[in-house]
Parts: sequence; structure tokens; C-alpha cells
Amino acid sequence: MAKRIEAVNVSAYYGAFRAIDNISMTIEPKSVTALIGPSGCGKSTFLRSINRMHEVLPGAKVEGQLLIDGQNIYDRDIDVTAVRRTIGMVFQRPNPFPTMSIYDNVVAGLRLNGVRKKSLLDAACEKALRGANLWNEVKDRLNRPGAGLSGGQQQRLCIARAIAVEPQVVLMDEPCSALDPISTLAIEDLIAELKNEYTIVIVTHNMQQAARVSDRTGFFSIDKTGEPGRLIEYDDTAKIFTNPSVKRTEDYITGRFG
Amino acid sequence: MSQQSLTTTPASPSGAGGGGALPRGSRFGAERAFRILATAAGSTVLVIIVAIAAFLIAKAIPSLRADSENFLTFKDWFANESPPTFGIAALAFGTVVTSALALIMAVPVALGIALCLTHYAHRRVASTLGFFIDLLAAVPSVVFGLWGRDYFRGPVSDLSTFLHDNFGWIPIFGSKGPYGASILLGSIVLAIMVLPIVTSLSREVFLQTPKHNEEAALALGATRWEMIRTAVLPYGKPGIIAAVMLGLGRALGETIALALTLGAVYNVSFDLLGISGNTIAANIALKFAEANPTGRSALIASGLVLFAITLVVNVTARAIVYRRREFLGGAA
Ligand SMILES: Nc1ncnc2c1ncn2[C@@H]1O[C@H](COP(=O)(O)OP(=O)(O)O)[C@@H](O)[C@H]1O
Ligand SMILES: [Mg+2]
Repeated sequence: MAKRIEAVNVSAYYGAFRAIDNISMTIEPKSVTALIGPSGCGKSTFLRSINRMHEVLPGAKVEGQLLIDGQNIYDRDIDVTAVRRTIGMVFQRPNPFPTMSIYDNVVAGLRLNGVRKKSLLDAACEKALRGANLWNEVKDRLNRPGAGLSGGQQQRLCIARAIAVEPQVVLMDEPCSALDPISTLAIEDLIAELKNEYTIVIVTHNMQQAARVSDRTGFFSIDKTGEPGRLIEYDDTAKIFTNPSVKRTEDYITGRFG
Repeated sequence: MSQQSLTTTPASPSGAGGGGALPRGSRFGAERAFRILATAAGSTVLVIIVAIAAFLIAKAIPSLRADSENFLTFKDWFANESPPTFGIAALAFGTVVTSALALIMAVPVALGIALCLTHYAHRRVASTLGFFIDLLAAVPSVVFGLWGRDYFRGPVSDLSTFLHDNFGWIPIFGSKGPYGASILLGSIVLAIMVLPIVTSLSREVFLQTPKHNEEAALALGATRWEMIRTAVLPYGKPGIIAAVMLGLGRALGETIALALTLGAVYNVSFDLLGISGNTIAANIALKFAEANPTGRSALIASGLVLFAITLVVNVTARAIVYRRREFLGGAA
């Protein structure tokens, strides 16, 4: 199921502006990796280059290699849609499709893959919603609009939508930043469960959250605005938060910087 | 009053707490004045519509009394004779058929161009193309009419021959000719005229799709076209319906271009190729100058029918949009 991600000298650009510079890191399967750092240091940009969502923006491009189980997803003959199906994504703002019911939201990805059979869709919908800890709350109103749920429920709906296609990797970009503390806890519990099946990379600027949910943590930073973001330190979460080897990491996590 | 307003205006800063007495007074006066103003503006529109309807009905009644045929089912138009005989059947039929055909041809093309402009074309190409489309909207309809009558009739006749030779077994292409001022010609010209309206409105609609929903679809592995089908089209549906309705409104009311390109024949026939076709608005334009008082009253009666058709179309469109409202959130 889960796959290893290896970034080799990944740089990403918005037009001529280089947002991240030469990022190399290896992310183990079935683990949670947190990316932390001050805002604007390129965490989202790096995350979006893992499933080739970065290039969706006009003028955006990526250099370097990104290997998923040894396969470079930036190779010329790679099917982008297949990459994105393998590597799901949950966004900062919950973004269920506003015109769709809860059910249709969850199975949207399967329908895109050509699954039409009602029984298959029903089963996948239930499985994904259970996986996202949302089933009990919505099982009686699957045909109600997804946009009618609370923010936290919407975000879990988006997680259900992402895992319904059974990806190998789930990327999350500050999935809790728009949520209240209780919904945040629900999502954090969920992440701990999802790790049994998926490789998870989560961007957060909440350091407690990184410490709570992740196995390994990468600290990104920039020298000053206009400079590209770099990976400063990448290690086990416990080590980063108790005994970081780089001074800048320590300054950041003790609140002296950023 | 102020108690009531406080609970209905959560944005009010006084509601957010903070020490001291609650402010009272003038804010709510301004709100009330605005409400009255808005209500007045809204009702003015209603009053105008009712007044137009009343005017049409009053002016139409004399001729409808004098008509010695059934106004709703009779096809011909001899409103100046005595006794006058005239009916709306052929005109209403022609109006609906030409407009429907025009939309069937124009809407897919318009949506295609709009999607191309918003989601496929390079930005510079898109703005140039968009400019020309808007330019097309600015061409007066008499120009389209004259162009259709004098230059476009030949090609459409050739097309008619082709359609008849190859698809003559379909009744709508059954006519052996002569070809020329036909429903086909009129509705193609009409399609070209509604194209820019539908295109530029639906372009605006497609631009409104939230970027984060488009990204959600792409991140699920959608191709660009699948993303459009999943996120853009459903979100834009009410807007597209509105755009089509405005196009239809234009088509139903189009006068001079159809007066110049249709055959001005009072018949009810699905034959698209032969000399045929007439519409309510075109008939008014063609007959008004030579009409006697009864004739004018009869034309006004036909205008009333056009008014009713337009109303039905609009109410239907509203109903479609309204039925899906809970799924459209802010979009509706
Ligand atoms: N769409 C964009 N166009 C141009 N520059 C962008 C865009 N998105 C982000 N950037 C720039 O790229 C840098 C990294 O941004 P981002 O990856 O969003 O940082 P983070 O997620 O760590 O806050 C910032 O300097 C930001 O201004
Ligand atoms: Mg970010």
C-alpha cells in the first residue's frame, strides 16, 4: 500500500522566482512526516511538488527528481493523473464540491476512475467515511449537500474523498488551520489511524501538532523574504523537539525565531 | 424595534460585547430608510411589468373581439380585412422553433468557446478572442439581417441541398427546394447573434469557479476535461441557465434580422429547408406600417403572446435554478 518518497534536489519556481531550493529528503512508508517552518518558507510548495500539483499554477515549474518507490514522477512518460491518484491531497481550507452530496463527494474520485457500479461505490463510500471517522455522523444524510457540514466535518469529508481512491500517500497542507480545537483533535486521531495504511506528509505551523502526530519532522526556513526556502534539518520528531542538531531549528522551536 | 434589529444584525459591533451601554438610534433609521428604498425599487419593476401587460391587454381586446377565426389556432394573418381573420399559431410556432434551433446551435459552441477562453487558451490568446466575441455582440441586428439575406443565403442554400441529398429521409430535411429564406437560414443567423451573449456571460460564470474546487478535482487525478465536468460545469449551472435564458430572450424578441431572413410564410411545419418561417416579432415589424387600427390591435395581441412566452421561459428557468438551490450554496 504505502510507498517511500525520495526527493532528490527538488527546486520549485513560480515564474522566475525560486520558492524552494534543492530539497532532498526521504520519507518512509507508513509513517507521518511533519513539515514545519515559518510561513513563506516553501512548505506548501514542496508538498504540492510531491503530487505534481505545483505545476497547475501558470508559470510554475519543478526541477530535480521525486521518486515514489524508485520511480521518478517527473519523468516525461509519466501520467500526471495516475500520480495524483496515487498521491492524495487534503487542502488547508476544506473544499468539498459545493454542488455535490456527501455521497457524491466521497465517490467523486472513483467515478473519475470509471467506477459506475452502485454496490462498489456504496461500499467504498462507507469504507472511506468510516476511515475518516465521519460515518456515524453522516450515515443518515448521505444525499445532503457536503457543504452543509461543519468545518471539521467538511475537512474529514475531504479526507474521506482523498482516501476513497485508496492512494498510497496522503499529503495534508495545514489541514487543521481552519478548524476549532475539537475538530483538530478528531483529525489528529484520524492521522494516527491512517498511518497504518498510508504514508502521510503533513504541513503544519503548529509545533505541538507536529510533535503529537509525526514520526519524523522536517524544518524548513528562509534566510529572508525573496530567498528560496531550504530544508534546514530533518530527523526523528523526538530528536528535533528535544535535541535538534542545528541552531536555527532550536531557535525556531523554542520560539526565538519565526 | 432596536431589540429586534440587534438580534438580526450579528455583525453589529455592540453585539460583540465590551463595556458600556448599547448604542441606540440613528443606525437603525438609516437601515430602515434603505429597506424602504429597496422595497420601492423592487415594486417599481413589478408595477412597470403589470402596467405593460395591462396596456397590451387593453389594446389587444378590440381586435380579438373582431377576429372571426380562433386567435390561438388560426395560422394566417389577414388583420386588415373585414371581417379580420388572424391567428397566432404559425407565428408562435415559428418564434419558438427558430429560437430553439438557434440555441441548440449556439449554446454548445458558446460554452465550448467560453471554456476554451477560461480553461484552455493561453491568457493572451484568450483576451484577444474574447475581444472579438464582444465585438460581435456590438454588431446591430439589421447588419446581421442584411448580411444573412444578401450573402449568407447562397451558402445556406448549398448546405440545404447537401442536407437534403444526404439526409432527405429525415422529415426536417425533406424539402426538395427551392431553398433560400428558410427556418435554417433564420435560425443560423439568430444563432450567430446570440452566440456572443451566451459566450461572454458563461465566460464570466466559468471564471467564478472557486480555484480550490478545481484543485480538489485535479488532485483526485482528474484530467482537465474531467475537472471541468466535476467542478466547473456543476458549479456554473445556474449561471449557465441564466446565460442561456438571456440568449433565448434575445432570440425570442429578435425582429429585423428574422424579418429579413425568414420566408414570411404563415405555416406550421418542421421543414427547415424550404422557403418558410415567420415569428411574432418579425411579423410585427413587417406589418406595422400598413396596419389599420384593427391590424395594429391584432399585432399588439401577438405581442402579448410573445410577452407570455418570454414569461413562461423565465419562470421555468427560475424554477430549475431554485430546485437545486441547496446544492449551490453561494452560487445560486
Ligand atoms: N501562487 C504563487 N505565485 C507566486 N508566488 C507564490 C505562490 N504561492 C506561493 N508563493 C511564494 O512562494 C514562497 C513559498 O510559499 P509557500 O510554499 O506557500 O510557503 P508556506 O506554505 O511555507 O507558507 C513564498 O515566498 C510565497 O510568496
Ligand atoms: Mg502554506
